[in-house]
Amino acid sequence: MELLLASAIALLTASGIYLILRARTFPVVLGLTLLSHAINLFLVSMGRLAVNRPPILSDDAAGYTDPLPQALVLTAIVIAFGMTALVVVLALRTYLETGSDHVDGDPPGNKP
Amino acid sequence: MQLALIVLLPFAGALLPALFIRAGRNACAAATGLVTAAALALLLSLAPAVIAGETIRVGWSWLPSLGLNVTFFLDGLGLLFAGLILGIGLLIIVFARFYLAKQDPMGRFFAYLLLFQGAMVGIVLSDNVLLLLIFWELTSLTSFLLIGYWRHLPEGRQGARMALAVTGAGGLALIGGMLLLGHIAGSYELTVILERKDLIQASPLYLPMLILVLLGCFTKSAQFPFHFWLPHAMAAPTPVSAYLHSATMVKAGIFLMARLWPVLAGTDAWFYLVTTTGLVTMVLAAWFALFKDDLKALLAFSTVSQLGLITMLLGFGTTMAAVVAVFHIINHACFKAALFMTAGIVDHEVGTRNTRRLGGLARLMPVTTGLAVVAAAAIAGLPPLNGFLSKEMMLHEAGQTVWAGQAWAVPALATVGALLSAAYSFRYIGHVFFGPVRNDYPSKPHDPAFGMWLPPALLTVLVVAIGIAPALVAGPLLAAASAATINAGLPAYHLALWHGVNPALIMSLIALGGGMLLLWRHDAANAVWLKAPRPEAKILFETGIDRSVRLARRVIDLIHNASLQRSAAVTVTVVLVVALSVFPGAAELRGDRDMLPATPVALAAWALLAAACAGVVLLHRQRLLSLILVGVIGLIVSLAFLQFSAPDLALTQISVEVVTLVLMLLALNLLPLQTPAESNAARKTRDGLLAVIAGLGVGAASFAVMTRGFETISSYHLANSYKGGGGTNVVNVILVDFRGFDTFGEIIVLGIAGLAIFALISSVGTGVSGLRLAHWVPSQPRSRDHHPLMMVVATRIMLPLALLVGVYVFLRGHNEPGGGFIAGLIVSIALIMQYMASGFTWAQARMKMDYHNLIGWGVLVAGLTGIGAWFAGRPFLTSDFGYVTWPVVGTFEVATAIAFDLGVFLTVVGAVMLALATLSRVERMAEHQPDAPGPMDLDPSKPAEA
Repeated sequence: MELLLASAIALLTASGIYLILRARTFPVVLGLTLLSHAINLFLVSMGRLAVNRPPILSDDAAGYTDPLPQALVLTAIVIAFGMTALVVVLALRTYLETGSDHVDGDPPGNKP
Repeated sequence: MQLALIVLLPFAGALLPALFIRAGRNACAAATGLVTAAALALLLSLAPAVIAGETIRVGWSWLPSLGLNVTFFLDGLGLLFAGLILGIGLLIIVFARFYLAKQDPMGRFFAYLLLFQGAMVGIVLSDNVLLLLIFWELTSLTSFLLIGYWRHLPEGRQGARMALAVTGAGGLALIGGMLLLGHIAGSYELTVILERKDLIQASPLYLPMLILVLLGCFTKSAQFPFHFWLPHAMAAPTPVSAYLHSATMVKAGIFLMARLWPVLAGTDAWFYLVTTTGLVTMVLAAWFALFKDDLKALLAFSTVSQLGLITMLLGFGTTMAAVVAVFHIINHACFKAALFMTAGIVDHEVGTRNTRRLGGLARLMPVTTGLAVVAAAAIAGLPPLNGFLSKEMMLHEAGQTVWAGQAWAVPALATVGALLSAAYSFRYIGHVFFGPVRNDYPSKPHDPAFGMWLPPALLTVLVVAIGIAPALVAGPLLAAASAATINAGLPAYHLALWHGVNPALIMSLIALGGGMLLLWRHDAANAVWLKAPRPEAKILFETGIDRSVRLARRVIDLIHNASLQRSAAVTVTVVLVVALSVFPGAAELRGDRDMLPATPVALAAWALLAAACAGVVLLHRQRLLSLILVGVIGLIVSLAFLQFSAPDLALTQISVEVVTLVLMLLALNLLPLQTPAESNAARKTRDGLLAVIAGLGVGAASFAVMTRGFETISSYHLANSYKGGGGTNVVNVILVDFRGFDTFGEIIVLGIAGLAIFALISSVGTGVSGLRLAHWVPSQPRSRDHHPLMMVVATRIMLPLALLVGVYVFLRGHNEPGGGFIAGLIVSIALIMQYMASGFTWAQARMKMDYHNLIGWGVLVAGLTGIGAWFAGRPFLTSDFGYVTWPVVGTFEVATAIAFDLGVFLTVVGAVMLALATLSRVERMAEHQPDAPGPMDLDPSKPAEA
């Protein structure tokens, strides 16, 4: 299972970084989303993997997984949404201002 | 407390001139003067104790573990300097009131002056060296404002910039030096450092520390070869020059050398560095001064030369030389401030300060002439003035100093320096005030107003008084300041005009005679000066700056040429290089922790994720498709959270996924649906390579961590969650209680993101983007049924249910998966559904809340809950809980954390809704659809029209 998660994180990171390096805003936003997923999973994995050990206290629980990474990741997910929303709107406004959705505002081919 | 007030008064008082300028220039100057006078009065009230040998200390510890303390102390040296700064400051304020023209903004001038004054007083009274460094930098900044006060003059701006660059660079060196000094001495308190001479001088770091500290002092005190900024700073108004370059700014370096004299002086390194620099500066600058036609340039170089003299004396390292240095600091401050003011008077009344256009003013401006003659004679070292005393003592000390085995070098050069000083002082008198009266002055010369000659007059009285009765007038202060400088017993000395015929007197006579001769033969000397090569410091400085700017630009272009792709690639590469450099030395990748068996479901999910990732990468140019695939990935991620015992994360992820998808679809409606093929094969290969390496690295790191055992700090949280936080959902208790402060910061970030989105969109209807929206043509055909009946009815029924679920998830959050974040997202989704079903206008009209306010209330509620803990005498955000028994409902738990969670909930709803609602508004501008009259396009309650 560890191998599966590690390779999933690797896949998400690689796809995220590849998309972040694209020239148009929309793929970059998608890349950021994938990278956020990768990072969130990575952080959770720092608490080691455990199945059926949620950190909800009860008398008949066999044990608990590490709650601290989860608390970190919970806010990270919400903040990542805030960031994505801001970047999307920034991309949209840039596109409406310049007529181009290139990340630099003026793609090489569009120069007058 | 009084001591700290002396420093704080000028800073606080800097507001007054800005306010009082509305009441007129006199009120403005009076308010400024009162602030300085109050600070001076406070200082004087402490003076008797200090002169009696006491050291007054006051302080507050701030971060004692880092040595950061706000501590001040006042001893003789501090008293002398603070007295000079405040006393001369007061005179300068009076002088400036009459000097500044009507069109000069006086409020700004005095505000800057007071800020500068506060910073200077801070330097001389600081006990903590880190605090001293802060004030040191403040003087650089405020002097920049003062020197560049006449913003319309390019020379003013250039001079200010040069002063800031040179003293700022020195300040950086000084920071390094002081940190080293504190490190060596084991304390950042000066009073402690000063007691650790042996420790400091034995340290191997002594030499680098000394060089760094001296760089700071030499740049500030304009010592060769950093002297060039000072003459260019003369573009400032004369009161600024008189203040900065007689008693304050340039004396800061001298002050620091005197302050650290007990622990730094006495070594060979100190002697050669400081003495040589001082000596060279004294002679060279006096030589330059002799040929300057601009009065202020002459005085500027004279200042540099005199500072060189003091530096040299401190460099000798003998206690007697230190006493002489302190004595000359007092004397120089008096006569140089007076001289600058007379130069200002000449400039003000005659309209020029070029010696070639001056002369013969003695009969036209008798008062000014009298003051200038006395002050200049003091520099020249004529008896019975104070300058004569300190110059004789200086020559006496120089006569006993052997430099590198050469007994003649220092005395001879010191005499040359004195000779040149006498020459330029005589020139100042001779070429400006004596000689024939001219008939081509720019304006008719006359003595200035009383207020303008009073300040220099008071200073010249001091010049004479100290000269005639030195022991009576300056003796106690000199003794206190010298004792503080030496930090040990004072040497035996006798302040008097007549010491009999001794070598110093003979050297003095040679200097005066030679000075007369040089003035008489000034034209011949000037010819020599003009023929000699004169490297122009300003041009050298500017070429140097230009070169470094060009170099910096080249480096920046290399890594950051305004292309996001390039900088992103550079960033990723740098991170990869740094991160991968750790791998070769690492142990085996696989640790010894037992791994969990992979289940078929997990395998299937993994395969789906891998396929989706590949699909996104390969098909990312089909935007809608790739968005759907990203949605699939998000779902699998939330399943992964569920699988690995993180139900809260799974709930959060899945609700965020819905909101994100709606948001992206809204944006995609206006953005192009296809990404053009632009990247060539090389670019794709490079990016692919970077991505694969990064992926492998992150994957390997997580695998290595996951397969190793660990100690977690979470056992504390697990043990105390219920006992201390009153909740069984440990993740939620961490969020709202243990780490509540983090969460508080994070909801603020989220709120700011929402507001930033609103700000970005609020002006979208104007300008180019407004035009583009007005001429928008949808890229895809629109359904004619905008608000489908089924959807409207379904969402309407689901709204109360969804809200109820939200409330339920919120309330149970403390004990079961849920809480403010998740509940906020669920409620947002419920509300968004109404927008989707019935349109923006219809839903917005029924949504009786303002999302901005919601964000504000959320942060406020969370913050107030935190503050509430203060009333119970506990730190910010300490939560409390108890049990309440209600009739019928029964006993249940109430924790203050739920109020905090309510704040989180409100902020999340506000930010999410604000983001989506503003985005919907743009869509409406683009779609040009008339508002539907009702919640749906067809009203089923009315008969259909044929």
